[in-house]
Amino acid sequence: MSFAFNEVAMKEFDIWKKKFPDDPEGRRSLIIPALRLAQRQAGWISPEIAEYVAGITGTAPLQVWSVVTFYSMFNREPVGKNLLQFCTSISCGLLGGEELISHACRKLGIEEGKTTDDGIFTVTEVECLGACGNAPVLQVNDRYHENMTIEKLDALINELRNKEQG
Amino acid sequence: MPEKRIIMDKMEDSRSPLLEFYRSGEGYLALEKALKMQPDEIINEVKESKLRGRGGAGFPVGMKWTFIKRELPGPKYLICNADEGEPGTFKDREILLKKPHMMIEGMIIAAYAMGLDAGYIYVRGEFAEPCGKVDYAIEEAYAAGYLGNNILGSGFSFDLYTYLGAGAYICGEESALLNSLEGKQGMPRLKPPFPAQYGLYGRPTTVNNVESFAAVPPIIINGGKWYADIGTPKSGGTKMFSISGHVARPGVYEIPMGTPWKEFFYDIAGGVKDKKRLKAVIPGGSSTAVLTADEIENMTMDYESCIACGSMLGSGAVIVLDETTDMVKVLHRILKFYANESCGQCTPCREGCDWFFDIINRIYYGQGRMEDLDMFETLGKNISPTTICAFGESFVTPTLSFIRKFRNEFTGYIEKRRAE
Repeated sequence: MSFAFNEVAMKEFDIWKKKFPDDPEGRRSLIIPALRLAQRQAGWISPEIAEYVAGITGTAPLQVWSVVTFYSMFNREPVGKNLLQFCTSISCGLLGGEELISHACRKLGIEEGKTTDDGIFTVTEVECLGACGNAPVLQVNDRYHENMTIEKLDALINELRNKEQG
Repeated sequence: MPEKRIIMDKMEDSRSPLLEFYRSGEGYLALEKALKMQPDEIINEVKESKLRGRGGAGFPVGMKWTFIKRELPGPKYLICNADEGEPGTFKDREILLKKPHMMIEGMIIAAYAMGLDAGYIYVRGEFAEPCGKVDYAIEEAYAAGYLGNNILGSGFSFDLYTYLGAGAYICGEESALLNSLEGKQGMPRLKPPFPAQYGLYGRPTTVNNVESFAAVPPIIINGGKWYADIGTPKSGGTKMFSISGHVARPGVYEIPMGTPWKEFFYDIAGGVKDKKRLKAVIPGGSSTAVLTADEIENMTMDYESCIACGSMLGSGAVIVLDETTDMVKVLHRILKFYANESCGQCTPCREGCDWFFDIINRIYYGQGRMEDLDMFETLGKNISPTTICAFGESFVTPTLSFIRKFRNEFTGYIEKRRAE
């Protein structure tokens, strides 16, 4: 199965192209935006997707792969539909971030970094999300959930699960 | 001294991100004024304001603006560093979400003063929502003629774009940010040459923090002297402080530079959460030295006083630790962060942060040895001065401060676990 941007992603990619000089250096700047779009579409970055990104940005697959491996937000294996990213950095850590992630792992029956069998949830621990005033913070895909508690986490997991099983 | 909201003025209003609302106050009046001034006049006002870089290093903004040679031909760039990632810092997010136009206006004025052609706002990858607010504000600014060709009929043209990163703390370092923006691994560059000579795509480039740009419009409207008079002799104006951890009212507060710590902490932020006693404070983000409750007691909130107390103001990220805090656990978490985030370019940092984490790990899990504490000191001496950027120093400094100031807790951990 070969990968290609869908219509929405291609349209957004065209907008990104206008932001940078139309030369080899400028096109290299498109690697991260293109990878973000590809990951939004496919959920993760396979070596094949990285090659596609190299193709549309006119860069070498190795240049793309060096970016994929450097940045923490690129998933190099498939993840669940809901990527639960728990901040346990200093302020979240002081206010219960670690208890939240342990609770999520227990409730979902998975270890940190793993995905539930039904593919609905992946639990990961992340570094400071920059919202420490409302610690502890949980990021689900792109969205922040702040001032989290065990009760709010339970409700959120139930809500997300119901939505998927709808 | 109470809060003094210059940048945060009317931020509590839900319409504050919108152009119409921003213009109902003084929005874009500074730009109109600036476009009628000589570029050097603008730079002189910013110099006189004593505005210092709000990203953490505190470098004088006006001086940075003189490093660009405007007569050089070819494109020159302006970058806004919105890669807010120092643990404990969350002030720039407030501006991106609630006052994007103020930052944009500051950027246009900066570009005009330095003769720059295009700008990028580098937003950390996790800030998709704040970046969306900025994108909308940029669209509004283009439609109103504040961006693009021949801005307000002045003959000056400037284009502005957002960029989203993909998760890497080190990209907050300005030369790593430039590499990231070029589609490369975000590794800091050896300096010199500095970005003003060799920046984005090798072109002259100026990089400033979100809050630094947002401070520019009021400086242009009211004058550099007005801003300088608000602060201390060396640190002008107000500063936004992020306060988190064991504090009664966590959040972002804008106060005059030089506000006494006690007034800020007790009167404004409500003191320690749940009426517990204060144990220690990390005053400027996780890379700065921890201060004991006694050490910080007479500090004032400005760069010089914080240095005099033995730490750094950094990005203004105040993390409060109450009497129940386990300092070994906190240092363990801080070092885990740095072990995760070193970019791996310089050997002393790449290996050093793993060693530091291994050592604190064995202390935390009961295999610590007394000589481990001295090993931090020895290793630290060989890491701090030997790396391209300040990351090495960023984990050595807090570690040594924790070990020196709370040594009993560390030796207690080592002795107690040994006995078990």
